[in-house]
Amino acid sequence: MTIESSPVKFTPPLPGQPVPEIGTISGGRPVFRAELPDGRIAWLVSGYESVRQMVIDQRFSRALAVAPGRAQPGFEMSAAGSISGTDPPEHTRLRKLVASAFTVRRVEALRPRVASIVSQLIDAMAGRPQPTDLVASFSLPLPAQVICEMLGVPAADTSQFHAWSDAIIGDWQRDADEIMTAVTELYGYFGTLIEIKRAQPADDLMSALIAARDDADRLSEHELTAMCCALLIAGHETTANHINLSLLLLLDHPDQVATLRADPELIAGAVEELLRCTRLGGLPPSRVTTEDVRLGGVTIPAGEQVIPLYSTANRDRSVFIDPDRFDVTRDAASHLAFGAGVHHCLGAQLARVELQEAFRGLIGRLPGLRLAVPVGDLEFKPGMAIHSLRELPVRWGES
Amino acid sequence: MSRWKVSVDKSLCIGSAMCVAIAPDRFVLDERQRSGPVEAEIDPDELVRDAAASCPSEAISLVDADTGQPVDLD
Repeated sequence: MTIESSPVKFTPPLPGQPVPEIGTISGGRPVFRAELPDGRIAWLVSGYESVRQMVIDQRFSRALAVAPGRAQPGFEMSAAGSISGTDPPEHTRLRKLVASAFTVRRVEALRPRVASIVSQLIDAMAGRPQPTDLVASFSLPLPAQVICEMLGVPAADTSQFHAWSDAIIGDWQRDADEIMTAVTELYGYFGTLIEIKRAQPADDLMSALIAARDDADRLSEHELTAMCCALLIAGHETTANHINLSLLLLLDHPDQVATLRADPELIAGAVEELLRCTRLGGLPPSRVTTEDVRLGGVTIPAGEQVIPLYSTANRDRSVFIDPDRFDVTRDAASHLAFGAGVHHCLGAQLARVELQEAFRGLIGRLPGLRLAVPVGDLEFKPGMAIHSLRELPVRWGES
Repeated sequence: MSRWKVSVDKSLCIGSAMCVAIAPDRFVLDERQRSGPVEAEIDPDELVRDAAASCPSEAISLVDADTGQPVDLD
């Protein structure tokens, strides 16, 4: 067993900065020890094969990674016992409770509703003076409305829960007390909602989960609340910022926008390419080894923290030809933007449908869509684990 | 107890690798990252039932080998 004496210093690139070539940060090794911006030492895994192999392998445990006292500071602090912070068989039990609501088939049935929300939001934007902030008028309300309707949460509460959500998706720079206060408040909010739904069930996912709790005892009251919180947060922050980052990438490639406008059939493939090329966050969630594991030519000892660098997998030239080229016509479907294995993004299909309908609407109905400020003036919210734009002022039509 | 027939519809499979992670002895990915069963007929296995129930694209089919009826996924 070899453990390098000096870990490589690693700072995740910001959007717009290039993803490091696989191996160049580490001297050619796909799996290497690194010192993270918060000073922690972890193993980083790069490249398609190693990342995929790692996240499918149950010897890399999420439960150990988010155990109390062990969790990375930031969004991982509230993950213990939740769907994103458990291993099989606990994870399988929780996942099966919600899996059927997020299948390709069930989500496809929601497409007309998603398209209708897109249409209403664009109608409202078109009636307001330009420039318009796309975050407030489109990117955030679209996924928020969709997940609220699925779960049975009043969409009117978006600004309230979005503030908690921003704090909960914090990174290591965020004050731990601030995160835990937001978690407590969001749990309290759902505690009240769950009691209302208990008394008056509806045709929504929260009511279905309450029935699974009360009728079949398939999850605890805490798990019920944690599941609702996880679905709400994961269901809107990620997609909202994926719309923002994807639009920035598209606006930087007018030829690709022209290609999409000429052939809207390409939208689904374009969304896969946007998922491949866009980096939503800084450091992905980690795992901890349950035993010594051989990966990418090294042995990672038991009990070590390991982080899969999905962005390097998505730019692996052994899988994607000319990987740094953004090409909406390429077959990018094998990207790992949604992860893989038991924690493969539950909302992947929903995100796909939302992104497809969002860009069908934005490109189709707002010709000439462009930034209203220089790209360098855009601000990301500090202390967040995902790249969350404060505002995205846009104009469209004739200038 | 009758055996189960396991199949994966590769045209539906989205390569999430959920099944391979839940039941690594039962499913295998091909070079296009699409899943298939290691053996097409197996003794009943709760992990295979879990994999079928968790599949995001409902690509896994589990059928009772004697009756031809779908196996209950719950």
